[in-house]
Amino acid sequence: MEPFDLLQSLPAIAPIIGLTITAIVVLALDLALPESQRRNIALVTAASLFATAAIMLAFWMPNADTEGLYWGGMIRYDILTWVFSVTVIIGAAITALLTIDVVGLNRRGEFYLVLVVSTLGACLITGAADLIMVFLGLETVTIPLYVLAAFRRDDKRSSESGMKYFLFGSFASAILLYGLSLMYGFTGHTNLYAIAEYMQTDAFQVNLIPVLIAIALIVVGFAFKISAAPFHFWTPDVYEGAPTPVTAFLSVASKAASFALLIRFALTAFPPSLAINGAEVQLFWTNLAAALAVISLIIGNILALAQKNIKRLLAYSSIAQAGYTLIGVASLAGDGRETAVAGIAYYMLMYTFTNLLAFGAVIVFSNATGKEDIKDFAGLSHRSPWLALGMTIGLLSLAGVPPAAGFFGKYFLFQAAVQSGLTWLALFGILMSIVALYYYLVIIKVMYVDKSEDADKPITISPVYGWTLGVVSLAIVLLGSFAVQPVFNWVLQGAQMLFANL
Amino acid sequence: MVPLWMYLVVSAAVFCIGVYGVLARRNAVAILMSVELMLNAVNINLLAFWRYVAPQNMAGQAFAAFVFVVAAAEAAVGLAIVIAVYRNRRSVIVEDVNLLRG
Repeated sequence: MEPFDLLQSLPAIAPIIGLTITAIVVLALDLALPESQRRNIALVTAASLFATAAIMLAFWMPNADTEGLYWGGMIRYDILTWVFSVTVIIGAAITALLTIDVVGLNRRGEFYLVLVVSTLGACLITGAADLIMVFLGLETVTIPLYVLAAFRRDDKRSSESGMKYFLFGSFASAILLYGLSLMYGFTGHTNLYAIAEYMQTDAFQVNLIPVLIAIALIVVGFAFKISAAPFHFWTPDVYEGAPTPVTAFLSVASKAASFALLIRFALTAFPPSLAINGAEVQLFWTNLAAALAVISLIIGNILALAQKNIKRLLAYSSIAQAGYTLIGVASLAGDGRETAVAGIAYYMLMYTFTNLLAFGAVIVFSNATGKEDIKDFAGLSHRSPWLALGMTIGLLSLAGVPPAAGFFGKYFLFQAAVQSGLTWLALFGILMSIVALYYYLVIIKVMYVDKSEDADKPITISPVYGWTLGVVSLAIVLLGSFAVQPVFNWVLQGAQMLFANL
Repeated sequence: MVPLWMYLVVSAAVFCIGVYGVLARRNAVAILMSVELMLNAVNINLLAFWRYVAPQNMAGQAFAAFVFVVAAAEAAVGLAIVIAVYRNRRSVIVEDVNLLRG
C-alpha cells in the first residue's frame, strides 16, 4: 500500500467536506437567526450546495492520473463518482429552494441540516469501494430520510409515511447487509476491488449456489432502495404522505446514489470475466435486473393509470422510471456496456431535474390551494400559465417526448440494450413508454382543457419559485437539445474510465 | 473447536426468525425488534467469518462494530417515529395505521 498523502487524498472527499461545512453553518444559523429571518436558511443551504458542486467541477475534476482508491481503499475517486455526486448535490440544492415557502418546514434549520446530511451519505456511496463504506453510506442516506418523511410529526399522514418508510427501509438494509456479510465470508476481504481480485484466483473455492444467494440478497436490498417492483410497496404510501419537498428529494437522491452504487458493485465485484465452476456469474445478475425491469415497467405504468392523487401518480411513475433505468443495468454485461453506464448516469441527471420540476410545480400548486388531486389541476392554464407550462415540460420529459431531456435519457438506455443484444427489452420499454404517455397526457389535458370553478382565482408564484422552476425547465430543454452532446460525452468518459480499471 | 458451519447455521436461523418476525408481526415495535435480530445474525456471520477466514486483518471486526453503531442509530430514529405515530393515533399496530392507500 502506498504511503498516505493528505493533499492527494483530499479531493476524493471534497464534496463531503463541503457538505459537512454546510451542515455546521446551517445549524449555527438556526441558532443565531431570529424566527423572522430563518426563511433565508434555505437560500444559504442552496448557495453552499451549488458552490460545492461548482468547486468540485472546476478544481477537483478527477483525471487519468489522479483517479483511484483513496482513504485506505474506502473511496474511489473517478468521473463516475463525480457525475452522480454533482447530480445529488444539485438535487438537494433545488430541494432546499423548493422548501422556502412550505409552511412547517421552511423555518426549521434542522430540516436543512438533515437534508444536507442525507446528501452527504449519497456522496459517500457514489464513490464507495468497500463493503463497510457501502453499508455506512446507504444508512447515512436513508436514516435522515426516515426523519424527513416523518418531519411533520403532528400530521397523521406524514408520521405514517415515516413509519412505513422506516419499517421497509430497515428490513431492506438488513437483507442487503446479510448479503454483504456473505460476500465478506467468501473472500475474507471487504474492499470491492480486493474481492474481485481474490475471486479470480484459484484460492477462491466456493460453490456457485452461496454466491448466487449473496447476489440475490444484495439485489433485493438495492431493489428496495430504488423502489423497483416487486419491492415497491412502500413507494406510493411514502410519496403521498411525506411533505412534498421530501418526496421530491427522496425520489431523486436516494435513487441516483443507489444506481451509482449498483453499477459499481455489479461491475467491480462480479465483472463479466468472473466465472465460478464454468458458470458466468454476470448472466445471473443481468437476468435478474432484466426481470426486475420488466416487472417494474408493468406495475409502475399500469397502476399509474388508476391514480387520482398527483403524488401517488408520480410515485408509480417513479417505479416505472426505475424500470427504464434497470434496462440499462441489464445491459451492463454486453457490448453496449459503456453506453449503458453512461446512459444510466445521463438518465439519473436528467431525471433529477425532471422530477424536481414536476414536484416543484405540485409544491407551488398545493401551497396556493392546499389540494393535491389531479382533478384540482383543472383550469391551471388560466390560473397560472407559467406554472402549467413548467408542469407540462416536466411531464413531457418524464414521458420521453422530445425536445425534453427524457427523450435522450430513454434513447441512450434503449440503445445500450440493443447493443447488448437485449432488443426485446428495448422494444418492451418503448411499448411501455406509450402506455405511460397516456397518463402523463391526461394531466396535461386536465390542466389545459378542463374547466374549474376556481378558474378566476389566479395562482401567484413567488420570485424564488419562479426562478427555480424557470431555470430547471430551461435545463431540461437544454439537456434535450444542445447540451446532450457535451454532457453525454462527459459521462461516457467516466464510463470508459470505469471499464479501464476492471 | 466448533466448526465454522455451525455458526453459519445459527446465524441463518436467527436471520430467518427475524424475516419471519418482520413479515408476520403486526406491532411496529415487534417489527423493529425482528430487524434487530436480522442485524445480529449479520454480526454472528461477520465475526465467525473474521475468526475462521481472515483472522489476520481486522476488517470483519470493524464491520461488526459499524453494524452496532448503525443499528443503534436506526433504533433511535425508528422508536422516535413510532412514538410520533402513537401520539397521533394511540396505536402502533401496523394495520391500524392506514390513512395512505389506494
